[in-house]
Amino acid sequence: MFRYLSFILKSSMRSKRRSLLTIASAAISLSLLGTLMAIYHAFYIGEAPPQQALRAITRNRVSPAISLPISFGDKIKQVPGVVEVMPLQFFGGVYKEPKNIFARYAVEAERVFIMHSDYSISEEQRQAFEKEKTGCVVGRGIAEKYGLRIGDRITLKGDIFPVIVELKLVGIYESLYNDDVLFFRFDYLRDLLPERRRNKVFAFQLLVDNPDSMPRVCKAVDELFRNSTARTRTEAERAFELGFVSMLGNVKGFLLSISLALMFTLLLVTANTMAMSVRERVREVGVLKTLGFTTPAILWILLGESALLTSLGGIIGCCITGLLVGLVRKLPAIILPLSSLQLEPSVAGLLVAIGVCVGLASALIPAWAAARIPILDALKFTD
Amino acid sequence: MAVPLAYNLRNLRERKTQTLMTALGLALTVAVLLSVLALVDGLRATFRATGDPLNILVLRKGATTELASNFDRSVFNDLKFKPGIARDTSGEPMASLELVTVINLESPEHPKGMNVNFRGLTPLGVRMRRGLVIERGRWFRPGFREVVVGGSIAARFPEVGVGGKVRLGRGDWEVVGVMRAGESSINSEIYCDLNQVAGDETRSDVLSSTLLQASDPVGKAALIRDLSDDQRLNVDAIGETDYYERQTRSSAPVQFVGLFVAGLMAIGSSFAAMNTMYAAVSHRSREIGTLRVLGFSKSEILLSFLMESLVLAALGGILGCLLVLPLNNLSSGIGSFTTFSETTFQFRVTPAIIGIGILFAGFMGALGGLFPASNAARKEILVALRSV
Repeated sequence: MFRYLSFILKSSMRSKRRSLLTIASAAISLSLLGTLMAIYHAFYIGEAPPQQALRAITRNRVSPAISLPISFGDKIKQVPGVVEVMPLQFFGGVYKEPKNIFARYAVEAERVFIMHSDYSISEEQRQAFEKEKTGCVVGRGIAEKYGLRIGDRITLKGDIFPVIVELKLVGIYESLYNDDVLFFRFDYLRDLLPERRRNKVFAFQLLVDNPDSMPRVCKAVDELFRNSTARTRTEAERAFELGFVSMLGNVKGFLLSISLALMFTLLLVTANTMAMSVRERVREVGVLKTLGFTTPAILWILLGESALLTSLGGIIGCCITGLLVGLVRKLPAIILPLSSLQLEPSVAGLLVAIGVCVGLASALIPAWAAARIPILDALKFTD
Repeated sequence: MAVPLAYNLRNLRERKTQTLMTALGLALTVAVLLSVLALVDGLRATFRATGDPLNILVLRKGATTELASNFDRSVFNDLKFKPGIARDTSGEPMASLELVTVINLESPEHPKGMNVNFRGLTPLGVRMRRGLVIERGRWFRPGFREVVVGGSIAARFPEVGVGGKVRLGRGDWEVVGVMRAGESSINSEIYCDLNQVAGDETRSDVLSSTLLQASDPVGKAALIRDLSDDQRLNVDAIGETDYYERQTRSSAPVQFVGLFVAGLMAIGSSFAAMNTMYAAVSHRSREIGTLRVLGFSKSEILLSFLMESLVLAALGGILGCLLVLPLNNLSSGIGSFTTFSETTFQFRVTPAIIGIGILFAGFMGALGGLFPASNAARKEILVALRSV
């Protein structure tokens, strides 16, 4: 196929407009497909970053919106394999305006950066957080988005909790995976709450000794509270995050059916182009055959042209996917795995491969028909 | 005089495969758009059907959902005698103190389970929901561990039909009835006796919300203002219908993604239509020349090819609508980040949605046909006639 490359290039340049339209159409379909595949990869295939693979979340079995007694924490700590336990109180609330969406958690200042050893923060700022009861730390992403600097006052109006917390920014951490979280102190929130709600927490964050003990620890913790007032559900942090994805409904089905529709559309578009392009050239095929080109050679030339167009579409599609993935990352971080969405090289490779395959598949029928036509019929053919 | 449409139709038929393939590409794009619209519309219909226009939902100030709200019994006693609240035949104010929590229903089909609202209320509260009827079995009795489940739940989880059990708090509750209220989201809830569940959850004095009925529509607005402004009560009041309208937001991510994908696909598909139309134009150069010789003007040629593209697109639009029709009335569930419970709804392919689909296809056809058509119109007669 490659020794005919220059010939393939020449014939695809013959109708520039048609080739360009086909490439553009393929690039758009493939970029969408690439974005969907990147999301699918992030949700269902990609592995958790190494530090996250050590973290688990224990919450009420019924719903993350129903709390657990704070006393559970000490019991969880006893489970073999658990290194650290920290209450993780989801605060919700409103920062200035309801549209400012980012997660706010009340945590223990001395533990939060042990749980998240992948978050980097200066020693000095970490200590300030431990000293300052009304202190809070935010990720670089939030600090940049809202123009926050150390020492700024941050007021959160509670909705789940009937309180207003007034915080002072004492630190900014950096994280590759998730820098859209504000942490403030659990003991400070507790002081503000009415008696009845002080000893309840929505979730505990667990640190296990190694990723292999994760399934065993999760089971052991849930077993511990099987007959208690509140049964628990413990799962790896990533699984917990994905639980929110499934709240959106049948996301897997949604992604797959749109991807299928896209592939099929792409197949139709390229098949159509190739049918037109081959039809125009039946007489030329006759000439080539007269010159001594074999049927397989002609088949390869025609298939090659189609594959060339769609693989170009695939490469351009990859570039557009990169842009789209960047856009997705900028969306409010409701669904955590999306805020660190990447176009993995494997996904990009697959995308170009899909492009080539669709190109080959769509040209197969017209090319096959044209390559097999007898010389005389081909030369006599009028369009 | 315009070029007869029959000329275009015959041409489309002449290139059957090409016409069909292009139309099918357009159809898939239309189908993606329409299925998302049908989902959003179905969800909206469900939430719109929930709530009585006269009812007012009262939550603790700052709380945006019933689940996040804590409502003291004492506040209820203070507000139920506010002026403007309707009275029932025995003179009782139409005010219902309620407790909302969620439970997780599991079944072999739904191994991860589905969260549904579990609502404790009084018989008066049941009466305040207009259109709510018992479909099978009977209502729960106050003082018993009995529940009535919504029709959608009973359909998705056969284990919780009449005679089944659900687990919450200190033990099992017996299912004694199945209820239904039109298309409302009550069909995705479970109802039980208020005091029974409050005792179970050890929150006898701290409940979730209060539902009030205003005596008339004018009084409703005044009552909402009166309640929300009362510093002593510290509550937020909102029309029940507005509250459920707000819940439609849970479909926003799906809607956003769907519209975005459909929009981009539309560009791709109109490129494909453009390709087909360019081929049609170049293929028929000599015919165009002949038409011009016969006296058809440039603008008539332009119109003719544009019409051809539109007919092609309309065909795609109709095919796309046919593709999504089977979705009509298909049931699905969607969760909400604010309530953590799932609402069952049905896809709705309404005439309006079909209309949007045809228009959308027409738009793609126009976009794809415009340049080729103007190309056709600009052909020089002699050049066109001589081309092979």
